[in-house]
Amino acid sequence: MIWNETKECMSRDEMSCLQSARLVKTVDRVYHNVPYYRNKMQQAGLEPGDIKGIEDINKLPYTTKDDLRETYPFGLFAVPMSEIVRTHASSGTTGKATVVGYTRRDIDIWKECVARAFTQAGITREDRMQIAYGYGLFTGGLGAHYGAENLGAMVVPMSTGNTKKLVTMMEDFDVTAIACTPSYLIHIAEVLKETNQLDKIKLKTAVCGAEPWTDNMRKQIEADLGIHAFDIYGLSEVMGPGVACDCIHHKGLHVYEDHFLPEIIDPTTLQPVGEDVTGELVFTTLTKEGLPLIRYRTKDLTSINYGKCECGRTLARINRFKGRSDDMLIIRGVNVFPSQIEAALLEMNGTTPHYMMIVDRQGSLDSLEIQVEVEERFFSDEIRELENLSKQIGHVIQNAIGLAAKIKLVEPRTLERSEGKAKHVIDKRTLV
Amino acid sequence: MYIKQLSVFIENREGRLDDVLEILKTNNINIISLSLADTADYGMLRLIVNTSARALEALKNNGFSASLTDVTVVRMPHKIGQLQELASLLCKADINIEYMYSISIGQDDACIVFKTSGKIEQFADQFKKDGVEFVTQNDIAAMVK
Repeated sequence: MIWNETKECMSRDEMSCLQSARLVKTVDRVYHNVPYYRNKMQQAGLEPGDIKGIEDINKLPYTTKDDLRETYPFGLFAVPMSEIVRTHASSGTTGKATVVGYTRRDIDIWKECVARAFTQAGITREDRMQIAYGYGLFTGGLGAHYGAENLGAMVVPMSTGNTKKLVTMMEDFDVTAIACTPSYLIHIAEVLKETNQLDKIKLKTAVCGAEPWTDNMRKQIEADLGIHAFDIYGLSEVMGPGVACDCIHHKGLHVYEDHFLPEIIDPTTLQPVGEDVTGELVFTTLTKEGLPLIRYRTKDLTSINYGKCECGRTLARINRFKGRSDDMLIIRGVNVFPSQIEAALLEMNGTTPHYMMIVDRQGSLDSLEIQVEVEERFFSDEIRELENLSKQIGHVIQNAIGLAAKIKLVEPRTLERSEGKAKHVIDKRTLV
Repeated sequence: MYIKQLSVFIENREGRLDDVLEILKTNNINIISLSLADTADYGMLRLIVNTSARALEALKNNGFSASLTDVTVVRMPHKIGQLQELASLLCKADINIEYMYSISIGQDDACIVFKTSGKIEQFADQFKKDGVEFVTQNDIAAMVK
């Protein structure tokens, strides 16, 4: 099944034409409506007329998370605020959130893209679908929710946090599809096994995203639950989940190119690389009104292929992600930068103690432990004081990254230093 | 009035206590009493030693988080109910005992080490009546040869 055959199966020429026309309009709009972009373009000696089509994309300057941070909260919005009907936000590296805004039309396009993705995964209006991403500022919950509703499936808005209730309803409601992070799905499978419900459920499809996983993890999930699992990709800056999704052939994630123009660049030279060459994924939004982004650097490393897929779609496919070009970690679906931990500790003490983040996967869920060296100024010979210190550190870190971490106090000078610069992350998770 | 107790932070891993004791031995430091408070991840080793300043320096030079803490040591007759009377006295005065442990020295007397939330000099006279006396740093040093 294909949700929007006209768009998903158009020839490369038609697609390029459509993208060019939309790019020209987008560039014109940001130039006239967003002073920040106008300045950037003027500095590059560019006028809207210089961009005549997608072949001119390389003339345009890049946009990064820093640009969003500098213009916090609404500085890159390209419409009057009265046109904005929704905002979402993701945690920023220095405590300030990255804020995104949507017009009514943006929401319509978003739910269209998610409906395409879910259709690609074989989900129809006959399905009963649990949305088990967090609802709220995170785009995962509401993004998937609107898409599933648009498709006509029966939506069960579970959100996250109550797995017992989720598995009970999965059985009682005859739920056939679920959207959640892959690690959460593995956890759900374990709970189903424990409660002997595996043969009582009707689940057949899962659409997972918001964190990296591998083909082997997918196969494991499929075997454990007897379902088909699909990889959905998105980022709040560009829209949210539904920028790309894989199909039953699992040969890459189809990008909804009529709305998001993908490029792959070399993260060092910032020059475009060819088809099938790994580099950093960059997106230009082609239809977004609220927050159009020009050449937004996702920092995700992948490659792209323009060949027609066996499923019939002509949309370009991006490969499974090979990592990040920055130090961002994804822990339980939450984006975490080591600098956030550093900033939180700094705020608490005035100077940063030596610390180490240990990311692991215990059973199926990611765990985060932060080891902090007990330096003289933290020292107390009373256990109660030390426990208070742990709690306080745990509290500021939870506030900063939105995740609970186990705090472990360790002896001074025991954490690894490398080349004078402290190493701050040990990621023990092996994605195999 | 106060005795300097040596407090050392040690992680709950193999060999760390051994490391501390090795350093003390090498530096010719005699342990008069000790207590170890433990949690899942770490422990707090509290020691009364003959020369606390030298012990502190030695541990710090070896990278340990350690400090000297003021604690009170009292000597009291070795008889039933003596410790309870002391505890009761502090309780009435609304003074909290953060932690305590003992030094065994002889048949007739017992020594108790404790850290309190408030000052306890005010009880000196009352202690005396009960045969309880404050132990000084010199007394401590004299406990070992």
